[in-house]
This record gives sequence, structure tokens and C-alpha cells, in this order.
Amino acid sequence: MTSEHLSAQVRAADETNDRRPGTPRRGSGFLDEPVALGTTPSATVGPYLAIGLTWPDGPYAADAGTPGAIWLRGRVVDGNGDVVPDAVVETWQADPDGRFAHPDDPRGAVTVPGFRGFARSDTLDGGQYAVHTLKPGPVPDGAGGLQAPHVDVSVFARGLLDRVVTRIYFADEAGANAADPVLASLPDDAARATLIAQPTGDGYVLDIHLQGDDETVFFAV
Amino acid sequence: MLPRYLRETEGVRTPVAFPGYRSTALRAPLRTPVDLPHRLTEITGPVLGEDRLLPTDADLTLRMGGEAQGQRIIVHGRVLDSDGRAVPNALVEVWQANAAGRYRHVVDNWPAPLDPHFDGLGRVVTDSLGRYEFTTIKPGAYPWGNHHNAWRPAHIHFSLFGQAFTQRLVTQMYFPGDPLFDQDPIYNAIPPAARHRAVSRFDLTRTQPDWALAFEWDIVLRGADQTPFETDDDGDVA
Repeated sequence: MTSEHLSAQVRAADETNDRRPGTPRRGSGFLDEPVALGTTPSATVGPYLAIGLTWPDGPYAADAGTPGAIWLRGRVVDGNGDVVPDAVVETWQADPDGRFAHPDDPRGAVTVPGFRGFARSDTLDGGQYAVHTLKPGPVPDGAGGLQAPHVDVSVFARGLLDRVVTRIYFADEAGANAADPVLASLPDDAARATLIAQPTGDGYVLDIHLQGDDETVFFAV
Repeated sequence: MLPRYLRETEGVRTPVAFPGYRSTALRAPLRTPVDLPHRLTEITGPVLGEDRLLPTDADLTLRMGGEAQGQRIIVHGRVLDSDGRAVPNALVEVWQANAAGRYRHVVDNWPAPLDPHFDGLGRVVTDSLGRYEFTTIKPGAYPWGNHHNAWRPAHIHFSLFGQAFTQRLVTQMYFPGDPLFDQDPIYNAIPPAARHRAVSRFDLTRTQPDWALAFEWDIVLRGADQTPFETDDDGDVA
């Protein structure tokens, strides 16, 4: 396998710490095995998250004025059906060609000017998040197929001791959605429906239900 | 081959919900999360660095034309992954209460004084060895409404991106020996085996004589295990 597409950091790590199958160091059991450090435990963002997590350009995964840009919007709702006005929603996604603004994308960096793939929106406006972005293209699934266009989503809030992770898919991608391996792994259409955003005049809308009869499907990553 | 980021077992991971922390009751999802295998979207993530910083972001004690009140401290450490590799060039965002335990935020209205020279926001980027450092004042404890006479131990909020969506971490750093730990449900939500990982260490060697105390806190993000799913022939990814 070639490592040409990997970032310098990953390549350097590979040289000193390679445990892939077929490499000489795998499973040696000697003291040169990598050190396993315990990860730092998460904690809630608390009620004052706006102090630390506010950027003027936060909601813009694509710069204002980017041709073809859309708004992804929705409310974050709690188990009483009340909106959650002190959450932050973060999104990460590919560009319309299915590429990521990241050096480890094996097909090369994103080519759309003004697109960074990441957005961060608070929900101060009536519990609603709003992200200005481009609709992503299909993304390779790692097994020779494609994943339907999707956005990875993290939700942080007071009352959540760790982030919760979900995805946004698009209702007008029915064919791609039907072939998507993640949607296929869900138990039924009702579960899938919690992840599928509906078209609006300027983009798409999807509410995130933290609890309730229509609780959103959340993922363990 | 794509890296796969290790997930800690439940015994050392903070649960999303904790009964003693009342706000989790209506917010923490009740259904079991679905396993999401790590594909391209998960093993990439936003590359955020120096362009997010202002020159003044690493010193929280000098804001709005004056000096903050309180005990001046240096907080430093390394950002590593669980394989022991440094995480370089990674954005670290921090926010905290002032020396009196008051946040500069519209919903914090308990009667402790605001400090005109403290806004409680800091940002730094790790260096090539994963090191970070900022100067601030020691935050005060503060009361909250979770239960009768509830007080949060002094803490600093940290937000880290690492290099991949899977590594995203928001957490809180505590100070050693805080007498408020026992009654705090947010601290006690961390499984006992992992609580020490959230507590900084007093670091005499990094204090600045006649100027500031120092605390050291290393942060460990999930490592990128290169070992694929096990198969019977020790070969390809299942």
C-alpha cells in the first residue's frame, strides 16, 4: 500500500508505530509495543458554552456568497418537546464532489473555494441551529461502494455529559439513501426517517429529538 | 487502509446521562446508540489552527485594557493520543469563570462580582510536540441549582478537535484536592477509575517566581489504531 495520500503526521507515525497486519512489528509482545494511555473523560459544555464556542463565522461551512450554498436548519428538542436553546450543533461533511477538506482524504483536498466542511451553530434562536453549506456529494464507503450524501453532526449541551452524534441525509436522494450502508444498518424506516432532512425554500430542515417517541437515531463512534 | 479510532470501554468513559445531574433527565437520549463504523467522514475532521487565534488569546489575564483580579496561574500540558503520539497543530479552546466564580454570560446572575478585565475566553494551538500553554487566573467555585447547596468545584472548560471527527472532545479540567469533588455530580459522573484524568497537577517547576503558580494537565484523545477488524486469515478488512 502506498502512503502518499497520508499527511506527514500520519506517515511519521507509521514509521515508528506501525501495527498493521503484515508488518514486522505487529503483535510482537515486546516492550516496543505502543503505549496505551487512558483517554481524558468528557464533560458537559455547561450553560456558558457561548463564551468559549462562539465564532463570528461559526455557521459558515461555506463562505457567504458561495454559489449553490444552502441552509441546513432544524430545532433541537428535549424529552418534553421543548426546544433546547443552549446547545451547539457542529457539522462535518464532504464537498459536492465527495471530498473532505482534510489531508487524509486519499483523493486529494477539497477544491471548492471558501468551503471548509465544518460549521458550528448555537441554538439561541428558539432552539434552532442554522448552517450555511454546500450539499455534499456521495462519499466512498471503504468497501467499493458509496455512501449517500450525508453530514456528520455533534450536539453538545448542558445536560449532555458527552456529545451525541448523528447524521443528516437528504430526502431528495432516495436512490442513494436506499443503498447507504449506515441507513441500511438501522432497524426500520421510522428510524431512518429521523435522519432525513426535507427540502425547504433555501435548503433543508431536520429537527434533532434528544428524546421522545421520535427520538433521533444517535451513533456510537 | 483507513485508521480506526479506539473507543474506551464504558468503565472509563463518561456516560451521556447521570442520575445525580438533573439536567440529563430530559436531554440525554434514552435509546442505545447505533454503532457507526469509521469511514472517511469519521476519520477526517476540520483542520483548525493559527487562523482561529488572536495574538492575545493565550493570556486571559490581560483583557479590555487592564489586569484580571485573582490568583495568576499558568496552565500547560500536552495533547496526546492514546497511542502516546503527540497531537500537533491542534486548536484548544478554553473558557472559565472569574476568580469570584462568575461567568461573563447573560444567564449567570448569582451575586458575585464581574471583573471588567476578565472575559474568560482563551484559545491556543498545540506546537509540534503537542504542547499547549496559557496564562489565566484560578477560577472560583460557584453555586448552581442542581440540588440543595450545590457548588461546582473550580474548573476550566476545554474544547479540542484533534485531527479527526472521532477525536472531538469537550471536557473540564479540575484542580487537585478540591474539597467540592464529593458533592459534584458532573465530576462524579466520570467512572472512578478515570476521575484522576480530569484533575490537573500542581507543577512547582513551571511556576514563575514572583509572578504565577502553575498547573500541568495532559489531555489524551482517542488513538488511531491501525489494526483492522480481525479476520481468520490475518488479512483484509472484514
